[in-house]
Amino acid sequence: MAISTSTPSDGAPGTAPPAGTGTGGDRRRRSTLLHRLDVRGAPYAFVAPFFVVFAAFSFYPLIYTSWISLHRVELSTLNLMEWVGFDNYTALWDDDRFWNALLNTITIGVLSTVPQLLMALGLAHLLNYQLRGSTFFRVAALTPYATSVGAAALVFTMLFERDFGMINWMLSLFGVDNIDWENNKWAAQTAISSIVIWRWTGYNALLYLAAMQAIPRDRYEAAAIDGASRWQQFLMVTVPGIRSTIVFTIVLSTIGATQLFGEPLIFGQGPNGITGGADNQYQTLGLLLYEEGWKNYQMGRAATVAWAMFLLLIVVFVVQRVVQRVAARKA
Amino acid sequence: MDKFRRKSHTRVVAAVSAVSALGLIVSCGGSDSGGTGGGKKDGKVTITMGLFGVMGFKETGLLDTYMKEHPNVVIKADVAGDEQTYYTALQTHLAAGSGLKDIQGIEIGRAKELSDTQQDKFVNLAGVSGTDHFLPWKQSQVTTADKKVIGLGTDIGPMAVCYRKDLFEQAGLPTDREEVAKLWEGDWSKYVDAGKRFKQNSKADKVAFMDTSSGLFNAMIYGNSQQFYDKEGELIYATNPVVKDAWKLASEAATSGLTAKLRQFQPGWDPGLANGTFATAVCPAWMLAHISEKAGPANKGKWDVAKAPKGANWGGSFLGVMEKSPVKKEAQDLVAWLTAPAQQAYLFKEIGNFPSSQTALGLPEVVDAKSDYFSGAPIGKIFAAAAQEIPDEQVLGRKDGTIKDIFSQGLTLIEAQNKSPEQAWKTTDKRIGKAVG
Repeated sequence: MAISTSTPSDGAPGTAPPAGTGTGGDRRRRSTLLHRLDVRGAPYAFVAPFFVVFAAFSFYPLIYTSWISLHRVELSTLNLMEWVGFDNYTALWDDDRFWNALLNTITIGVLSTVPQLLMALGLAHLLNYQLRGSTFFRVAALTPYATSVGAAALVFTMLFERDFGMINWMLSLFGVDNIDWENNKWAAQTAISSIVIWRWTGYNALLYLAAMQAIPRDRYEAAAIDGASRWQQFLMVTVPGIRSTIVFTIVLSTIGATQLFGEPLIFGQGPNGITGGADNQYQTLGLLLYEEGWKNYQMGRAATVAWAMFLLLIVVFVVQRVVQRVAARKA
Repeated sequence: MDKFRRKSHTRVVAAVSAVSALGLIVSCGGSDSGGTGGGKKDGKVTITMGLFGVMGFKETGLLDTYMKEHPNVVIKADVAGDEQTYYTALQTHLAAGSGLKDIQGIEIGRAKELSDTQQDKFVNLAGVSGTDHFLPWKQSQVTTADKKVIGLGTDIGPMAVCYRKDLFEQAGLPTDREEVAKLWEGDWSKYVDAGKRFKQNSKADKVAFMDTSSGLFNAMIYGNSQQFYDKEGELIYATNPVVKDAWKLASEAATSGLTAKLRQFQPGWDPGLANGTFATAVCPAWMLAHISEKAGPANKGKWDVAKAPKGANWGGSFLGVMEKSPVKKEAQDLVAWLTAPAQQAYLFKEIGNFPSSQTALGLPEVVDAKSDYFSGAPIGKIFAAAAQEIPDEQVLGRKDGTIKDIFSQGLTLIEAQNKSPEQAWKTTDKRIGKAVG
């Protein structure tokens, strides 16, 4: 950043640097200094915007959030902060809403991630075949991802409506009684997971597809010569070939699942969305954070939930790395 | 020479990128530290307003009328669709001291919180001339302990019972609105009794008597002087007999299968209105517009409005003026004009927002108002009578809105999740502790 304040002092640009005279030597020394600063400093100036933005929108909020989480403070009176130390954290630990939300986050995460990735894998495998209109199918796979969460969740909410929803109507054709999707815990979680699955399956499928196309053809040929069926080829060649991509999508999905927010919020609509159902039956950690911050206006407690989520993600990744390492050692 | 040029070029780029980076920081620091958007310039006065939902001032052209009558005034109104979003933004703006408008709308559920925590930021409207026409209880809702008035009333939501005549008939209940009102005159428990009769005799087995038990609960609570808080601002919901009785009756309705297990304004409720899955809904005046829109022309004349057992009020808003506004005087004049009896009566006629002005209740627009959709019910008279039954003082609490939501959810626990009333009360009590603590 220092470079920006040093103004060019060696004459107007365009004049040739004079040489030989004493003052010229002085000038040259200064200009080489500037030159060196330029070469060394310019890259920092170029990357500065990112770091400035990062500091302002990521680092500062992180620090400020942790500071707030040690206080009792309401949204309407942010200037009145009362120091409470780690009380918010201990209260959160004792709060059954937190454990409920954590459990819901995990169950909805599993319900949505596992089928989603399996379906994506299958879909990618199909798209990987030579088929007519493959570009169309690839674009089609990505369309749900391009839909906004809000729109998707609203439509699914209508589909899953109790009295006049299309899904209950279809089930009624098979003699199934109307299911109260919203008020039944597992039904609600399934419905929300279906929104997530619908939106992200195509996206993951394309990631897998890209990875699959990097697998050399001759491996398949060799496998075919050895008499491997398509299914065996898929298991023995494709899956090992894209293992790192699979790990990557698992990481992405885990982050996404931990932060799950928009789908359940809109699925519940109104006050029930914020609390994740009348019985908190589908309240995720993200919703709990929102409830504390923007319904109860307790910013300190909301910040505590945010930090708990952050720490949780770290724990998840440490565990994952350990598992990975152990697995690698065994293999 | 070439080399030099290139060098100076790099330097320029570096300088530009550093400056723009600095610029980012500065713009984040917030330079908008003063003002509320309004001001005076070249003899023109600009007044900014922050509104939400359908308050009607912009929609019915009242603001245009005012600007026509006051050629030197320009009004800029921002209308947020959703009150929750609006209020969160308002709170942030109040805390930051920037981004406010000269005039801000205040929903009733927020009135107490704002007058408790932010009253210094609002102009005291107690002395504004020509503003002594409000219903006493409406004015009491925004008057602070030291007699400061932080807002002037716009609409209110006096309550009645909307019912389906055809469904009443097939269940052998009277259909005339006078006789229907007599069914439950003076006591909400008679309303539940009527529901039991309805359920017994109804030939349509999929039709419930009421949409939700929380509608009944609200109506019972909101007719009283003290609800969840007492005058000193202490929480009394757990001991207040009003709340206890309402909870008992509402959970009785919920456990006797009298409700359609819906939530008002949530999915299922609108199609329920259209398809007649319930026969009654306790309805504040502003709900009629929603019902007639969602139930649709096919159900015109099937609905009617009967007097509720007891007068109650659900909802309503205020307009406040910000202390920081550079056009305080002009903003006050505008607020006084917008909430004057004539304008309130006009808004009622146009979009059905019920007047909070006692004087307006006597104007022909209100007295003679009949609803075509609701079988020609004299809605002006019915709702005005309900408004006048409410005790002169209504004590609001800081978290009234939140507590109401939690109670509604508590009743949903009984209604749709088969929890026992005792269990649901325990959960509700615990949640309120969390929400207000």
